[in-house]
Formats: sequence, C-alpha cells, structure tokens
Amino acid sequence: MDKTVNQKAWFLVLPVFLVVAFSAVLPLMTVVNYSMQDTFGNNQFFWNGVGWFKELLDPSTDLGGRFLASLGRNLFFSLVILAIEVPLGIVVALSMPREGWTVAACLVILALPLLIPWNVVGTIWQIFGRPDIGLLGYVLNAMGFDYNYVSNDVDAWVTVIVMDVWHWTSLVALLCYAGLKSIPEAYYQAAQIDGASRWAVFKAIQLPKMNRVLLIAVLLRFMDSFMIYTEPFVVTGGGPGNSTTFVSVELVKIALGQFDLGKAAALSLVYNLIILIVCWIFYTVMTNAGVERKVQAESEPAVEPKPSAALKPVPALKPREGVA
Amino acid sequence: MHSVPGRRLIMGLFLIFLLLPIYWLVNMSFKTNSEIVSTMTLWPHTPTLQHYKRIFTDESWYSGYINSLEYVVLNTIISIAVALPAAYAFSRYRFLGDKHLFFWLLSNRMAPAAVYALPFFNLYSAIGLFDTPWAVALAHCIFNVPLAVWILEGFVSGVPREIDETAFLDGYSFPRFFIKILVPLIASGIGVAAFFCFMFSWVELLLARTLTSVHAKPIAAIMTRTVSAAGMDWGLLAAAGVLTIIPGALVIWFVRNYIARGFALGRV
Repeated sequence: MDKTVNQKAWFLVLPVFLVVAFSAVLPLMTVVNYSMQDTFGNNQFFWNGVGWFKELLDPSTDLGGRFLASLGRNLFFSLVILAIEVPLGIVVALSMPREGWTVAACLVILALPLLIPWNVVGTIWQIFGRPDIGLLGYVLNAMGFDYNYVSNDVDAWVTVIVMDVWHWTSLVALLCYAGLKSIPEAYYQAAQIDGASRWAVFKAIQLPKMNRVLLIAVLLRFMDSFMIYTEPFVVTGGGPGNSTTFVSVELVKIALGQFDLGKAAALSLVYNLIILIVCWIFYTVMTNAGVERKVQAESEPAVEPKPSAALKPVPALKPREGVA
Repeated sequence: MHSVPGRRLIMGLFLIFLLLPIYWLVNMSFKTNSEIVSTMTLWPHTPTLQHYKRIFTDESWYSGYINSLEYVVLNTIISIAVALPAAYAFSRYRFLGDKHLFFWLLSNRMAPAAVYALPFFNLYSAIGLFDTPWAVALAHCIFNVPLAVWILEGFVSGVPREIDETAFLDGYSFPRFFIKILVPLIASGIGVAAFFCFMFSWVELLLARTLTSVHAKPIAAIMTRTVSAAGMDWGLLAAAGVLTIIPGALVIWFVRNYIARGFALGRV
C-alpha cells in the first residue's frame, strides 16, 4: 500500500478544503476576534486583550468558577458513560445472533436510537421519567423510591446517564460487531481444537480484533459526550440548580442567552483547544496502531523464507537454534 | 461464559431497554390529553388520532418536516459530492500536507456545535443566507464532510489499485474513470456515507435552530411550541416525536446490511 506522491491530488481535495474552511476557519476568526474584546451593546467593542482568558481560568471569578465547574462535571460525565457504554457495548456485540433474520432485526433496533433527533431523545426521556405520566418515574415511585429528576440532583444525573447509555451504547455495540464480523471462522475452529475457554477466546482473538474499532468508539463517545448539549438541556435544562450544566450548556447560556460575546468566545477557544488536544492524542495513537499492524503484517511473511540463512556459515545459525 | 440462551437473554433485555421508552412515546401519542394526565395506562384505552391529524393539517407543523428534510437532503448531496474526490486523493496519493489536512478535517468533526452557533449566526446573516435551508445545509457540512471523507476513504482503499491502472491504460480519462468505474464499485460505501450524513444532519438541532427563524424552521424546533399557557400538550409533543423517528427508521431499513461496516467507518 505505498501511495504515490502526486501534488495534483490537491485539486481533488480542494472542494472539501474550501467547504470546510468556509464553515470552520471564517467563524473561528470571528471567535478569536470577539475573545479579545468587550462590548457594552450597540456594536461598540473595546480591546480587552487576554482579560477574558485570565478570568476564565481563575476559579475565584464568576466566569472562571462556572467554566471550571461545568468542565469538571462534563469530564466526570464522560468518564462515567465511557465506563458503562464500552463494556456494555462489547457484551451486546458478543450477544448478537450469528445468522438468520434476527440479525437484521437486531441491527435495525440497535440503530434506531441513533437516528432519533437529539431533542426528541430528550423529550422521550423527559416523558418516560416523569413521576406523574412516565412509566419509569411512575414505577420507581410506586416501588417506594422518591424519584424526581426535576428536583433531585442525583436523580437528574442518573436520568441523564441512563439516557445517554440508551442513546449511544448501540454505537459501541455496532462498531464492535463490525470488528467481530471480520474475524475468520478458522480462528474459532483453531481455538476449539486447542480447547480454549470462552474467556481465552475473547482475550486472545476477539479483543485484539476489536482494538481498532474500540478506539474509534471511545474517540467518538468521548468527543460527543464532551460536547453534549441538546439532550440534558431538554430533560433537565441544566438543573436542578446547575447540577447538570455541562460545558456546551454553559456556553450557549453565555453566548445566546446573555449575548456576552467576549466571554463566550474565550470559553469557545479554550473548549475547542481541549477537544483538539484530545483529538490529536487519539489520532496519533490510532495512526501508530495502524503502522504497527502494518509492520507486523510485513514482517511475518518475511520470517518464513530464509534460505539465505542456510548459505551462511554455521556460527550464524547458532542463535537461531537457541531461539527455537 | 455465554451459552446461546444466555446470549439471547442479554440481547433480549437490551432490546427491551431500547424499545420501552420508544413504546411509551408511541403509546402517549395515541392517547387523549385527559387520559395522559388523569390515569396511568399501559396502552391507550380511548385511542385517538387527533394529534396526528392536527400535525398533518396545520401548515406550521408539517412545514417543519419539509424544512428539515430539505436541508438534510441538500447537506447529504453537497457532502458526498465534495467528499468523493477527496476520499480518492487521500486513499491513493501522498501530497503536501495530506496528513495534517486529514487531521484538521477530523478535528472539525469533533468541534462542539455550541462553539460555532454564534459565529455561524453572524456569518450567514452577513451573506444573506440566514433562515434558508442552505444555511443549515452548509453549516452541517462542518461535521458531515469530514465524516464522509473518512468513511469513503476506507471504501476507496478497499478497491484494488490495479483497477485504476487498467482503466487508465484502457484510455479512460480521469473523470470518466471516476464516474463509470469507481463510483459503481463503491456504491455501497456511498450509500453508507449518505446514510451517516443524513443521520447526523437529521439529529442535529442546535445549529439548525440557531440559523433559522421562520421560513426554514426545523420540526425539532417547532416541537418546543407545545408548551403553552394551558400547560404542556403532551399528546401532540409525543405525536410529533414519533413522526421524527419514522424517516430514520426507513433509512436504516435500506442500509441494514451495510450498517455494521458503515459504523466502523469502512475500516475494519
């Protein structure tokens, strides 16, 4: 898979470059511009330098306190849903039926939550969890739990997390399923002959094959949960109090609610920078994993044909015998 | 560890977990509002179609669906059209800055929509596209184009390079090779990419809501109107919700055989 060097390929990439640059670079310039200024309305702007950034990273100010608190909540949220969704997704993928019409049926039902508009996901859970008209809330309260996501912090958190698990575990499951499908049947047969346990099969065959897709799954899930906005906004509105106010919710409050452009822009840039760094780490890990695999694949057949070794003097063969 | 009945049990429980909230929404959409508020019933005792009727007869309601579909389709077409040549270039050639460009695209897929809401509002107001489907379609390109490039690159890489070489030896020009040979070969990949563009454009609300006011308002934004002085119109809200699930369900049905590979972005 050696690619040929061809600078004309830029012409093929140009449309993408222009479209994305139009939507990404121009708005980002506006953000950078705003982040350095203060406004008192009437489109009058004043130079504020790095003032907003200083305030943003200082927890003692109002802006900084809100930002860091929401960032903390958001990181906690992302970690919790990753800890639930990744193992659950793997288990669900392993539980997929092997053949027959049930495969298609399971795939369609699994994919269903992914295609529901995010605010409708919020609406579904808002209705489902209400103690008066929702099945979940009603049953929980009938069982004696005092469950109310509108007034209780913990209940609100549980609702938002269960909602996210409901919404996105399928993505992890489908990715893992795709990884599992690529394992040749011969691997399983070999494992059976060796008398490998179910756990050994999982650890030695299935997990390594899912590595790459799992990485994509973790990346997508981390990113999307880190910028989650619509679903918690619809269900809890960021409340009760500020307990489910994540970074995006806070940002939209400042930008479109209070029209505090400078603060919002500074927050945006820091937010974007965090995303960019995490994204870069994942990308590096992912490409490295790809390279390693390629090197492995290339070196494996290279070991086999070594007729030249036979031509070499005997001492050179010694270490090879030792390895064998 | 997992016997066959155990596997079935896990799968069954998970599917019930997925379907129960959806069932509840469907259930509510067929109930009258008085039934919803007064009693807890597992299925509609006095089934009614009044909420659906209202949505299909009131223009301010059904136009929302048309608006949404309009920008989703526009976005899908634009995304696929620009992503196809780029996917080919990334798959076959090495060129100045290719890796950086690919990462930059990827990072845009990950950029939080909330960051772009306000600048997009300014940008599209300035060029006079505000409140048109074009604004939303172009705005959604920021995450759909990189995604389409990513998926299609995986599929193009699955096509043996010898096919290109043979075609060029046979005297095919590049555009002709592209349309006559490459596109049919990766048709399923294009289907998957289109599915994903459709999906992410369909489910996104923050940008769609920010960039529209009256004429191009998406259905998801119109749904918030059900809060009125007389309280929540739960039945109507549920019916509108059910109708937003249907296009997605239809699209899944068409791509069900490719869905798993598609979710792995064509690179398993």
